Amino acid sequence: MSNAAMPKSLLGIEELSASQIQAILERARIFKPVQTQGRKMDRLKGKTVIHLFYENSTRTRLSFELAARRLGADTTSITAQSSSVQKGESLLDTLNTLAAMRPDAIVMRHSASGAPHFLARHLATTIVNAGDGTHEHPTQALLDAFTILEHKPVLNGLTVAIIGDIAHSRVARSNVLLMGKFGARVILCGPPPLLPPELKELSPCVSLCHSLDEAISGADVIMMLRVQLERQNEVYVPSTHEYFQYYGLTLDHMKKAKPDAIVMHPGPINRGREIAAEVADSPRSVILNQVENGIAVRMAVLDLWIGPPTQPDPEKTMQPQMNADERR
Amino acid sequence: MPIREKTQLMSASEIERTLVRLAHEIVEKNASLDRLVLIGIRRRGVPLAQRLAYNISQIQQHPVPVGILDITFYRDDLSTVGQKPVHTATEIPFTIADKDVILCDDVLYTGRTTRAALDALFDHGRPRRVQLLVLIDRGHREIPVEAQYVGKYVETTDAEIIEVKLREVDQMEKVLLVEKTD
Amino acid sequence: MLLIKNGRVVDPSQNLDAPAQVLIRDGRIAKVAERISAADAEVFDAKGLIVAPGFIDLHVHLREPGNEHAETIETGGRAAAAGGFTSICCMPNTTPVNDNAAVTQFIVETSRRVSPVNVFPIGAISSRSAGERLAEIGQMHRAGIVGLSDDGRPVMSSGLMRHAMEYSLAFGLVMIQHAEDLTLTQGGQMHEGVQSTRMGLRGIPGSSEDVMVARDILLAEQTGARYHVAHLSTARSLELVRDAKRRGLAVTCEVTPHHFTLCDEDVRDYDSNYKMKPPLRSRADRDAMIEGLADGTVDAIATDHAPHAGSEKMQEFDLAPFGIIGLESAVGLALERLYHPKHVTLSRLVNLFSCNAARVVELKDRGTLKPGSHADVTLFSTDRAWKLDANQSASRSRNTPFDGREFRGGPEATIVAGRVVWRRA
Repeated sequence: MSNAAMPKSLLGIEELSASQIQAILERARIFKPVQTQGRKMDRLKGKTVIHLFYENSTRTRLSFELAARRLGADTTSITAQSSSVQKGESLLDTLNTLAAMRPDAIVMRHSASGAPHFLARHLATTIVNAGDGTHEHPTQALLDAFTILEHKPVLNGLTVAIIGDIAHSRVARSNVLLMGKFGARVILCGPPPLLPPELKELSPCVSLCHSLDEAISGADVIMMLRVQLERQNEVYVPSTHEYFQYYGLTLDHMKKAKPDAIVMHPGPINRGREIAAEVADSPRSVILNQVENGIAVRMAVLDLWIGPPTQPDPEKTMQPQMNADERR
Repeated sequence: MPIREKTQLMSASEIERTLVRLAHEIVEKNASLDRLVLIGIRRRGVPLAQRLAYNISQIQQHPVPVGILDITFYRDDLSTVGQKPVHTATEIPFTIADKDVILCDDVLYTGRTTRAALDALFDHGRPRRVQLLVLIDRGHREIPVEAQYVGKYVETTDAEIIEVKLREVDQMEKVLLVEKTD
Repeated sequence: MLLIKNGRVVDPSQNLDAPAQVLIRDGRIAKVAERISAADAEVFDAKGLIVAPGFIDLHVHLREPGNEHAETIETGGRAAAAGGFTSICCMPNTTPVNDNAAVTQFIVETSRRVSPVNVFPIGAISSRSAGERLAEIGQMHRAGIVGLSDDGRPVMSSGLMRHAMEYSLAFGLVMIQHAEDLTLTQGGQMHEGVQSTRMGLRGIPGSSEDVMVARDILLAEQTGARYHVAHLSTARSLELVRDAKRRGLAVTCEVTPHHFTLCDEDVRDYDSNYKMKPPLRSRADRDAMIEGLADGTVDAIATDHAPHAGSEKMQEFDLAPFGIIGLESAVGLALERLYHPKHVTLSRLVNLFSCNAARVVELKDRGTLKPGSHADVTLFSTDRAWKLDANQSASRSRNTPFDGREFRGGPEATIVAGRVVWRRA
């Protein structure tokens, strides 16, 4: 599949077709060995990728940076701490500065839903959404699908339970949209104030439930969300303690799950907050695979959006060994 | 009111030199100019702010936004009825939230104008820091207000008046000390 | 003297809808009749046009004093004239707030000098619209306010609202509420529903408006105050107003053109020109607005013209301010959405824009073409095709979702106190 088949920017899963998603996942499979062996390719040689992070997320930023560098791109990171973004400079001002830098792609994380759409409207550059507010986090859903497919033959027919603060989760939204395109069932579960009934309308594949046991009983995939109750000013649940009692995933719960169910988490994990340490570190947890697959999937995205139209040849790599600064 | 001109406090070239010095002071006292905005208080604070912004841009090759603040409705002697307040436009076409604002005015006297300006300013947003710049500080404060940047300190009596004339407003340029003679 | 000939006069205040001539003398309506002989009068040929009592917009933000870069009394007045309005009521949320006679007087005097249309200020209910203590309502009344509102900052305290309603009785001023329970809104950005869920934007539930309208109606019943719901937007609030009217309470309401035209499904691509308060509601709410406009539950169409300079709207959706301009698109939208689909008659349309609006704020001798009344006349066409070009707007701001929209019918000329202040070029 050539670049032309993709939309100008990757703003969300919503805009992608199942075949486009499949193309991304296939390419990620090509890149995975390159990434795990620490090799580098020159597919993005001479290209510049700017990582514009308005929200602190070291993990996602490093994952994207590494992906870009594995493909030979020049990268620059602008984070809220280092740039003028915190000095009351508007996104519009930043935008003009960015345009002057003539990047080939801008990878953007922002706390406002739709901020990458705003950027995409005003810039000709390809924008890759690395998470916008409570809207979408497309590369997370892609890497989740990639990880699931390493353990399950197909997405069609799977039952995926997503548990936590669904209302404010961009990870949940993107996953719901993706699973819906592949015929998987999604059960969303959380305390009622964090599980508005409108969520059902996101996709016909969605059902809602308020009981954790019920949600995971038939699930093939259990996806726990990071809970940040202190971030909201309003009161949705009484306390983190009580939250864990009802919605925290423990080994006891796992007994009720299918024996081959896998446990996922977009990270970073709050052990004892939404997931017990024993579960997170159990053999059924694929959380570390997710982190690793993140780089391969992001390589695939950058390659498909701004790379050459040719198929990548995983044998054509530059350095066999990882250099020190990338090992961190 | 009959007035008598007593003395010239500043000439045109002295005003210009003073504004260059004040621009340097602003640059020195503000490590980063990224957040800096100048707000001129109508009327004569406005040309002062504009000239200072120009001077700063000459020194640092850094543009500084200039806004205009009208404080008519914030004066504490604004009686409720029967007055005809003359309000002219406030022009602050940028956000002042989290900015370092330097309020610019021609003369600092009782401090009441500054208080009104602060009230007006905060109705527009919440700056990170506000500093005051005046061309002349003539003393006689009735409110605890001080200027961080002062062009010239002048000892005055209550009967005296400072008249700042700027070419943009008055078609002439000088600072005079005059006296009420009744 | 001005003689308006060849038009169709629609004046529901006199139950009139017929071809007629209108004679204006000394800024007043002198006569309306089938044929008037006034040889020395200047003639305005209104062939093919509707001649109606001057349109009145109950809800406009002029931004002066304090934010003149977004709008001034002069530019807002010119936009009103270009929209077919002869009178506008301006909300007090300027900088500073119009909560004292000095600001009121400034608006009254400035508008007399610079605005082509009549400007009637609305005074703040509470000092600085902070919702803590009453503003000097009596002083503002003497200076010329025609109503009371803390628009943009709803009166959250039931106690203060009650006393404000009581106090308003002394001056016969209508209480205009921006009905929104802020504890339910909680930083919401658009209507709470499927679309907000899809877009990941915090929702503003319809209940935030409904609980406020319900509370206020109870207080209006208790105090006997005249109560007007500004920019009503939900089906449930409309029900509450309908019920209050049925019980004979002095309760009225207005609806904006955008709330009877658009709904939350139109909010796309995070375009902040679709961000306003109240937000664009559900499709069912929007349809209910049309029903209310047709059946008489809604008293008036008001624009909630809310200018914001380009740079303010050019932001992330979350950060962009609420509001759109609306003076120049209102009549076109009303024809498109209400008249052409036959939801309302022309006479009902004129009622909504003029006669009823005048009644809400009790403007004497306006909203009618009866002899002796002010010669404010709106002339509009029901079929002339035109296109809205925001860049040509008389307003200082351009924030409208209707830029480029093609209309069938719209304002053609605006006459204020017998003077033609605007004519479509």
